Amino acid sequence: MRISLFITCYNDTLFPKTGQSVVRVLERLGHTVDFPADQTCCGQMHFNTGYQQEALPLMRRMTEVFRDAEIICAPSSSCVALIREQYQKLAESSGDASLIAAVNEFVPKVYEFSELLVQKLGVEDVGAYYPHRVTYHASCHLLRGLKAADLQLRLLRNVRAIELVPLEEMDVCCGFGGTFSIKNPDVSAAMLADKMKAVLNTRAEICTAGDNSCLMHIEGGLHRLRTGVRTVHLAEILASTEAGEP
Amino acid sequence: MTVRVADAASAAKFPILANGLVEDSQIRQNVRHATNVIQNKRARVVAEQHDWQQLRESASKIKEHTLQYLDRYLEEFESACIRAGGQVHWAIDADEANRIIVGLMQNAIEKNGWTREVIKVKTMTSDEIGLNHALEAAGIQPHETDLADMIIQLGEDKPSHIVVPALHKNRTQVREIFARKMGLPELGEKPQDLTDAARNYLRDKFEKVKIGFSGANFLIAETGGVCVVESEGNGRMCLTLPEMLITVAGIEKVIPRQQDLEVFLQLLPRSATGERMNPYNTLWTGVHEGDGPREFHIVLLDNGRSSILADKESRQTLHCIRCGACLNACPVYSRTGGHAYGSIYAGPIGAILTPQLQSMKHSQSLPFASSLCGACYEVCPVRINIPDVLLHLRGKVVERQQNSLSRGVSIEAVAMKAVAFIYAHPRLYALGQKFARVAQKVLVRKGWIHWLPGMLGGWTAVRDVKQLPDEPFRDWWAKREAAKRDEPMEKSYGG
Repeated sequence: MRISLFITCYNDTLFPKTGQSVVRVLERLGHTVDFPADQTCCGQMHFNTGYQQEALPLMRRMTEVFRDAEIICAPSSSCVALIREQYQKLAESSGDASLIAAVNEFVPKVYEFSELLVQKLGVEDVGAYYPHRVTYHASCHLLRGLKAADLQLRLLRNVRAIELVPLEEMDVCCGFGGTFSIKNPDVSAAMLADKMKAVLNTRAEICTAGDNSCLMHIEGGLHRLRTGVRTVHLAEILASTEAGEP
Repeated sequence: MTVRVADAASAAKFPILANGLVEDSQIRQNVRHATNVIQNKRARVVAEQHDWQQLRESASKIKEHTLQYLDRYLEEFESACIRAGGQVHWAIDADEANRIIVGLMQNAIEKNGWTREVIKVKTMTSDEIGLNHALEAAGIQPHETDLADMIIQLGEDKPSHIVVPALHKNRTQVREIFARKMGLPELGEKPQDLTDAARNYLRDKFEKVKIGFSGANFLIAETGGVCVVESEGNGRMCLTLPEMLITVAGIEKVIPRQQDLEVFLQLLPRSATGERMNPYNTLWTGVHEGDGPREFHIVLLDNGRSSILADKESRQTLHCIRCGACLNACPVYSRTGGHAYGSIYAGPIGAILTPQLQSMKHSQSLPFASSLCGACYEVCPVRINIPDVLLHLRGKVVERQQNSLSRGVSIEAVAMKAVAFIYAHPRLYALGQKFARVAQKVLVRKGWIHWLPGMLGGWTAVRDVKQLPDEPFRDWWAKREAAKRDEPMEKSYGG
């Protein structure tokens, strides 16, 4: 199957290893990956901060850049949630019939990485090997937006040699919330403190999730306190084999 | 018309109020404990209701339908209520509602020579319009009879939760308030001691006060009936013992038929207090000879509601049945408590309701007081998509700011527009990545950034940021593609 990767702007810039891991997993499963080079951002930050008019041209770009794609995969549930929950409404608000049509065609082609693996490709065991003690945080958009946290746990349970430890209050927000963490730094920090406490209580070496945005937030706190716990995107765990980690 | 939601218009911004509250260990402890207890109780009784999702769907549909025909249902309620012997008043805003209510009480007191006091059932709408201030100004003493509201009134405090207004106070603090205000220095702090004290204090009021005041959970258009649910029975006392009863209700409280209560009376108690049924469900229709108050008045309050009704995107805000489940589920509320919202309506529902009631002119930091985690939507018994409404309102706030010349141009708006421009141009975007990699060098220490300037400083106050990787994904991909293209050629040379 030909799969077009929407890496998302922050994964592209900050977490290239996640994108490399997605490519590695999909190719290992026998699929062809392409990467439309003109892609930038889905408009999430703008839309969620109230700059919805600024998000509109970015949405238009997305439909143009991925016009020829058959299936689009993004390793970020918050971007996929925005596309799925807001794109059609945003297009309708523009009153532009061709944009509405383009968006209607684009949206059903978009899958979050674990949705693609489990729901579209029917794979729960990707042949990964990861000999670490790991805990899993269900990011809010994955859990409540896409309702796909269960898919990620199924993928993780099939990883060989992994020691998966349940995270207390796995379903509670880590406090990132995009610009929320900048606009409400105190409340965000208070939420982060509780998330870190739960992570540390698991005595895991690694905290994983399907969203680097949450992980960047959690890791930022864990590193500041020199806890020695790090965060790794789910795709990187799934890409790991006995031959090594990405 | 001047819409007023208590003193929300003059409240400080959410991040400022929250700053002090997240550091208040007592409040953090009390709020965390109370919201956990209610949440767990709710989860248990919701799990046993197998048609919960269908009930939510029904409730949402009933509310949607009612709001679509609100004018008709309100008129239907009005005529049915009058037929049953009630008197109906319409108030456009808080001031008008207060004038009507105070006027009715003044007249009755003068005519009958009653004591200048009123006993009150728990009502948020009364707090919204600031009725107690208006009553006190007119020389009428309001007595809150709901245990939690009484704690707030005696403690000269403000409510911090829609259902459990004194949730931020623990038992020791309540004992202290009661001991001081009721003159009971020896009072114990066991729940029994505190309820006994409250009962003695209130019983005297129930016996002598001739005017009762309440809000309403539901108004039934078909019958003209009013429904109030509560847990203590003090509400029932206020609704049945006095000679005169006055009720204030937002116009969105109407439901078409008595039968619709079947849906709401299953959803509300389970969502609000984790009970299968409210201990007291009082339902009355007008007045009845020899039974209950002789005179019944209802004040139907707009106070900004019809402007919410006019907005198709956020009209669902008016579905709210004030169960408070979204507050208990909210990770933001549970860290700050209700006072951070600067309004009597706290938590996620407050974040969308308060600014909208005030036509988005005040409380503009509230739509941003959410990480958009969606926990509120998940528990809402009438399926209000609060995250969606928050986003809609954020758009309105930004639009207002951009249209208001006096504020000038905000740094945020400039940054957002600049980033949008960069994102619209892939080459500029790639250049931006390169520039950031170079620019970060002054900030990076051993692979991490510990300090960022300006607005971003809030992030690095408690978090580090990893330095940007040497190569963004797109560069890695481009190299790999180039290598792939070269590979077969090399092979052919080699062969």
